[in-house]
Amino acid sequence: MKQLRSICDSVGATVQLLVRSIGYMGTLPLQPGRFIEQCYMVGYTTLPIVAILSFFIGSVLALEAGYSMSGFGAKEFIGSLVGLSMARELGPMMVAILLAGRVGSAIAAELASMKVYQEIDALETMNIPPARMLVMPRLAAVIVMMPVLTIIGNIVGWFGGALVSSHVKFIDIDSQTYFAALRRYMKFKDVANGLVKAEVFGFVVVLVCCSIGLKTRGGPREIGASVTRAVVTSLILILVLDYALTQLLLLISPS
Amino acid sequence: MAFCVPPAHPEASREVPAVGVKVENLVKNFGALHVLKNVSFEVKAGEIFVLMGPSGSGKSVLLRHIVALEQATSGRVTIDGHDAALEETREHVKIGLVFQAGALFNSLSVYDNLALYLREHRIGTEAQISEKVRHALTILSLESTGKEYPSDLSGGMKKRVAIARALVMEPQLLLYDEPTSELDPVMSATISEIIASLKDQYHVTSIAVSHDRDLALNIADRIGILMGGELITVGTPAELKESKDPRIVDFLHPKFDLHNPRFKKLET
Repeated sequence: MKQLRSICDSVGATVQLLVRSIGYMGTLPLQPGRFIEQCYMVGYTTLPIVAILSFFIGSVLALEAGYSMSGFGAKEFIGSLVGLSMARELGPMMVAILLAGRVGSAIAAELASMKVYQEIDALETMNIPPARMLVMPRLAAVIVMMPVLTIIGNIVGWFGGALVSSHVKFIDIDSQTYFAALRRYMKFKDVANGLVKAEVFGFVVVLVCCSIGLKTRGGPREIGASVTRAVVTSLILILVLDYALTQLLLLISPS
Repeated sequence: MAFCVPPAHPEASREVPAVGVKVENLVKNFGALHVLKNVSFEVKAGEIFVLMGPSGSGKSVLLRHIVALEQATSGRVTIDGHDAALEETREHVKIGLVFQAGALFNSLSVYDNLALYLREHRIGTEAQISEKVRHALTILSLESTGKEYPSDLSGGMKKRVAIARALVMEPQLLLYDEPTSELDPVMSATISEIIASLKDQYHVTSIAVSHDRDLALNIADRIGILMGGELITVGTPAELKESKDPRIVDFLHPKFDLHNPRFKKLET
């Protein structure tokens, strides 16, 4: 019962933070420095690891697909399988998981530390809402950067698949065949669906990490606990939302 | 060495008068723990009021109610007649709070810590902000620290930066949470002098929460003593020095009894 109440409290606080932060969206042009700094944090610093991971996910997908499909002569469809998997599912989900681990943990640690060392209290006494100064620029940055990261991740993943398909002996299909299959079976809506998922995942990860960071109480030990809670909650929410969004998007735009 | 605060900034708008604070029947419970028990007192505009009491008596919690960082279980705090818990009150009344550990923004330089309030509220151009920040740094003898970060400063300097940050707001009400804790006697005296000088120069209402008997007896206009969440007395330093109440006598003038030490009594 106590845990249920605690979950309800957390959900309520997060919704409240969301409403407040959206209310401050109009002040974004007044704080371009913070927005650019957050875009750098969310986008630029996450990009290398997104690229590396996407490359290997695309490669492994091609390898596994090649192994399975070469048995019944369907190797030429590897491009479409890698393309669709990356665009619809693995691209947005991997970017969101990396965002939770790389950026979400940093956000939770920073805000929890500010809370524990009374910097948040100091902001409130100065009548500077933390939602305006600390949360809103991060949410705006993730809205802008998530599609960029996801598209780059998708493209790198597709090329990873192409490289494996053309260089591994038991697959051995050239890049032209690979990309021809990718283009033939993939539609714009597949990429768009992935981008919708990426936006929702990224927004939820940043919001949850901000909310958990700002709710931290106690001493320095709680900072670590908040970071763990923020990352674990984000990962669970990404997977739950992924299922819900997939269902919803299939209903809205069936294949 | 007496500390002398330079004259107020020429642009400092002291047309804004100091404000009075009224605490009425304030009760605060954290679960089963009763931290404040029906506390009532009044602080007059322009007064220095020091709230003393043993550790854990609820002093800092009371201070947090004045800046609406805590919600009262019952009772209320009013600042110049406005409910302190309302957000509008903080928009009308400028309140500065000097936190016990400073609560400086570690990611910002000392200069940016001071400029933050003015920038966020768009008070003046960058040149005007710079002038105000440099004036506040001069008042606290911190001219050379503008580019430094809080982690590079000593405890005493952090306290002074925290006071300077509050001063930049041109507050009508300035609150201090243990302003002399963890400081050596000379620095404690310096901080006490700063608090007294700020009242004389800026006519700001000051409420300080402290264990420091010297600070309270030397600079307070009135002192309140909080014990176990109850306000047991409010009086001038002279009145408290003359008090015969054993709790006050024991708190203000503790006698060392090496044959029957206090901690042994606590153990039994």
